Amino acid sequence: MDLFEYQGKQYFARWGIPTSPGGVADTVDEAVTQAEAAGYPVVVKAQVKVGGRGKAGGIKLAADAGAVAKYADDILGMDIKGHIVRRLWVEHASDIAEEYYASFTLDRAAKKHLGMLSAEGGVEIEEVAATNPQAIARLYVDPVDGLDPETARMWVDAANLDPDARAQAAELMVTLYRCYVEGDCDLAEINPLILTTEGRVHALDAKVTLDDSAAYRHPEWEEYAATDTEDPREQMAKERGLQYIGLSGSVGIIANGAGLAMSTLDVVTQVGGSAANFLDIGGGANADVMAAALEVINSDPAVKSIFVNIFGGITRVDEVAQGVLDALGRVDIAAPIVLRLDGTNAEAGRQILAPHLSDRLVAEPTMLDGARRAVALAAR
Amino acid sequence: MSIFVDETTRVVVQGLTGSQGRFHGLRNRDYGTRVVAGTSPGKGGTDVDGVPVYETVAEAVAETGATASFVVVPPRGACDAILEAAAAGIEFVVCITEGIPAQDECLTYNRLVEEFPTTRLLGPNCPGIISPGKTNIGITSGDIALAGGPVGIVSRSGTLTYQALHELSAQGVGQTTCVGIGGDPVPGTNFIDCLAAFEADPETKAVMMIGEIGGSEEERAAAFIAGHMTKPVVAYIAGVTAPPGRKMGHAGAIISGSVGTAQAKMDALAEAGATVALNPTEAGTKMVEVVAGLG
Repeated sequence: MDLFEYQGKQYFARWGIPTSPGGVADTVDEAVTQAEAAGYPVVVKAQVKVGGRGKAGGIKLAADAGAVAKYADDILGMDIKGHIVRRLWVEHASDIAEEYYASFTLDRAAKKHLGMLSAEGGVEIEEVAATNPQAIARLYVDPVDGLDPETARMWVDAANLDPDARAQAAELMVTLYRCYVEGDCDLAEINPLILTTEGRVHALDAKVTLDDSAAYRHPEWEEYAATDTEDPREQMAKERGLQYIGLSGSVGIIANGAGLAMSTLDVVTQVGGSAANFLDIGGGANADVMAAALEVINSDPAVKSIFVNIFGGITRVDEVAQGVLDALGRVDIAAPIVLRLDGTNAEAGRQILAPHLSDRLVAEPTMLDGARRAVALAAR
Repeated sequence: MSIFVDETTRVVVQGLTGSQGRFHGLRNRDYGTRVVAGTSPGKGGTDVDGVPVYETVAEAVAETGATASFVVVPPRGACDAILEAAAAGIEFVVCITEGIPAQDECLTYNRLVEEFPTTRLLGPNCPGIISPGKTNIGITSGDIALAGGPVGIVSRSGTLTYQALHELSAQGVGQTTCVGIGGDPVPGTNFIDCLAAFEADPETKAVMMIGEIGGSEEERAAAFIAGHMTKPVVAYIAGVTAPPGRKMGHAGAIISGSVGTAQAKMDALAEAGATVALNPTEAGTKMVEVVAGLG
């Protein structure tokens, strides 16, 4: 789950990572109130989960209440790369002497945590990585050992930060590592991390991605989940605990396992169709899960046929079959359903469905046959 | 022969008394796997359909000579279960648990490497391993596999592992061993571990490899294939048409560059000499051709 900048800054603040004073605003009046509290000049920042806000005009410097009101009015409702701005972050503007880059993430290949720190921060960091990779000081951290202050100091030296910034930056990196580990982040990134003209080091932006698997030990994440997605189909799926990504085609897809779901998208495309969604009902899917999945797909008016592609392992096909029948009893499913069922208890599953097959509920023996049938039905 | 496990492997099921542990543990036993013990704290001294249950893995090892473990434990207890098995001297741990936090998984992987270097972990979040006709440890439905070889399968995706087995068995091509390495961020066993084992196994004549978008493991496997594999490899990568996923800030892009897309993986594998298929059915068909050409 990606956090908005303001949520990321609030998350950082729990571990004591310094940020600028500021607050959120959903209206022009609230923006002015927050600006008064933060102290002029302020920066008015669009809250969207996409890069390139500044270039799109979503970040403005304002010297007084009139300017704040004007910019807040401009930015609220703005469309930035398909993301509509509904919320602003208004903070006291910093006098920037230097801009750095700092992050922690998991390096899957190294199987260690990877810290990256650069004296050349700012919006062009990916450019720096491509053209001048030695400008980024990389530090691999073994999770068994963690990050100690001495290692952090040597790392900050290697990154060649301004001498005035080094002691504060080293301390901040140890704190950021703690936030990343204890806070169960997939990514904790500060770009830019700044040195102010008064000699303070603090986070001017926050990009935090939380590990959804750790949600069970972070009840406080519920407030983030409430603002996580804008697509009503995705929101509905999320409430039902389903892995769903909305797409623009006409064949609704339900599969178990991310790999099979992706492969189902591939095959539907290869036989000339287009998928309306990616939906992985996961391992151990039962009747309730299948019913919920069909409900979510059914809510999408673009869906003209539904392809249910199940290969049971931990998922038991008889339970899936029962789930399909339960869903059909509960909801009026608009589109015809094509089923392909294999694996654990597949024969029992097919027997459950056999008496109910019709031109609205079709069974096919293979994944390719199922995809062809679903695509043909969607084209009708 | 098979890789990592065989008909002599003695399995302790951690979490045997739970509903999933019981279902899959007993199903593995029915397949022919030597399921010699289970563990479940507080339930030592009982049994599950004749399989004795112990308080700890150490006790199970002492009493039954278990050499492998099958971890069927929820996310919050799975890492402790893996480390408990390793500490008890278990050499091969299969963990099917889905949803372990990445921080826990990374820590556990590094602790295993540093403290228990002789223990191999398969998973987490994997379907397990099956050597058809010999042993099945995990959640794969045994009836979709066909004994006798000559193909080894290694797959990152659970359900695509079943699909691969099914495609080959339906065409009469058997498997030596099928390994599902799982799609989590820090798998205990990776593609290269399995490719190397298949290359060394005299009964495996060809390898099917199933990957998916994300990470760089397939690219690394391609480099291994180019440098070290003499046996033919047929590969399929899921996710050619997948929507561009969430981009993890700048850090993800800086680490991976253009690596990680299905196309980049397919190109790397083709360049390494692997036969690349566009869907699981085509992978099966191409493997049938490869096997027919082995002579």
